[in-house]
Amino acid sequence: MTAPEAATGAPETPPAPESLLAAPDQATQAQIRDEIVAIEEAHARALADGTYEGGRTLLDYPPYRSSILRHPTKSPKQIDPETIELTSPAFGQRDVAAIEADLTLQHAGEPLGERIVVRGRVLDGWGRPVRQQLVEVWQANAAGRYIHKRDQHPAPLDPNFTGAGRTITDDDGWYEFTTIKPGPYPWRNHRNAWRPAHIHFSVFGSAFTQRIITQMYFPGDPLFPLDPIYQSIPDQRDRDRLVATYDHDLTEPEFKLGYRWDIVLTGAERTWTEPEGGEH
Amino acid sequence: MIVSTPEGTPVPSTAGQTIGPFFGFGLPYQGGNEVAHPWSPGAIVLSGTIRQGNGDPIPDAMIEIWQADSDGSVPTARGSLHRDGHAFTGFGRTGTTDDGRYLFWTRNPGATEPGKAPFIAVALFSRGLPDKLHTRIYLPDDEAALAADPVLASLTDAERATLIAVRTADGGLQHDIHLQGEKETVFFAY
Repeated sequence: MTAPEAATGAPETPPAPESLLAAPDQATQAQIRDEIVAIEEAHARALADGTYEGGRTLLDYPPYRSSILRHPTKSPKQIDPETIELTSPAFGQRDVAAIEADLTLQHAGEPLGERIVVRGRVLDGWGRPVRQQLVEVWQANAAGRYIHKRDQHPAPLDPNFTGAGRTITDDDGWYEFTTIKPGPYPWRNHRNAWRPAHIHFSVFGSAFTQRIITQMYFPGDPLFPLDPIYQSIPDQRDRDRLVATYDHDLTEPEFKLGYRWDIVLTGAERTWTEPEGGEH
Repeated sequence: MIVSTPEGTPVPSTAGQTIGPFFGFGLPYQGGNEVAHPWSPGAIVLSGTIRQGNGDPIPDAMIEIWQADSDGSVPTARGSLHRDGHAFTGFGRTGTTDDGRYLFWTRNPGATEPGKAPFIAVALFSRGLPDKLHTRIYLPDDEAALAADPVLASLTDAERATLIAVRTADGGLQHDIHLQGEKETVFFAY
């Protein structure tokens, strides 16, 4: 549908944001898969002959249709960070209540679905813990529905589940969330497009340059090869790093299943030196 | 992934992923755009529009800023999520409106070192953007400092213009960000 021409002098009314969520071409899953494979093969060749210069995630990734007009066409300019970029906003216990780490306790009743615990560490590129920093999560409910007003997928909302949580890492970099396993959900990137189940993570490091938003997936999801967002990471080893590990020792009898997932921020490029006197 | 290598061993970093369309109930928070309390001394508005390659505004982007206080000091106060209306924490976060606009109340950052060009550090996320982007919003006022800035000096005039805000008549800052297109903003990797 084409928007009517705005009358002269009248302010332009932007289209309703939810109307932008469907890609105009609505390709088939087979077409999208072909594009994914072609990019993956080109990436493997570039890696093999040493010509790949991009990051771990491809910003220019046409199978993810909405990226076509939203990726910068120039490579990011490599610069040395300055003072403010080498520091990070500080968050503390005043910012986050302990109960915010349990997404199953935010309402009067208990949410439906498979109760899980996700536990892991936030580390820098040298494997050192990122202490006392903010970790935020948001996700769909067990039926694959987000509480967001623009998600109009006809799956039920759960009155006992919002799907957003926060915590602060401890002194060893550990975080832990109790939640419900999110369901896969349909989107309109192409025909019959479904996202693998995932939890969105937002993490701060000790430098603003380490800021990251990413997604954690569950092991063995059959939607991985079909999903242009998971596949926007062209190297299988990097994709594997986004998948949590089932941990039976973390599972609590008759209560919740345990998953482990560590997050590693950038920063190994800076020289690491042993702290003097062996102290932290 | 579970990291099992000992501390001090380089570990490959976790790859970023798009923020997606439905972050609105999870990340933006009340007061997120009030880095400085609107009625506090020195408070200014920093605002602009975020656009995609065909010039259309982006209604589902999220912008974060991190900056020094007016005297150039790096904020260490906590409380960015639950603001007390007084402490300057230096951090702000907001989603764009339906017409692609963002607005912060903040202060002019000072130079973190004498002679440096003051700027606001930016992290940008959007549906359709597979990973975060970093850029800077430089203050337009100190021309000598801008001329001496090595990052700006390495750019063409057109690129340089994408990083420097415009001072508005009421003392605020206006700064648009273009993810793509003729006025494509310069983004950074570190």
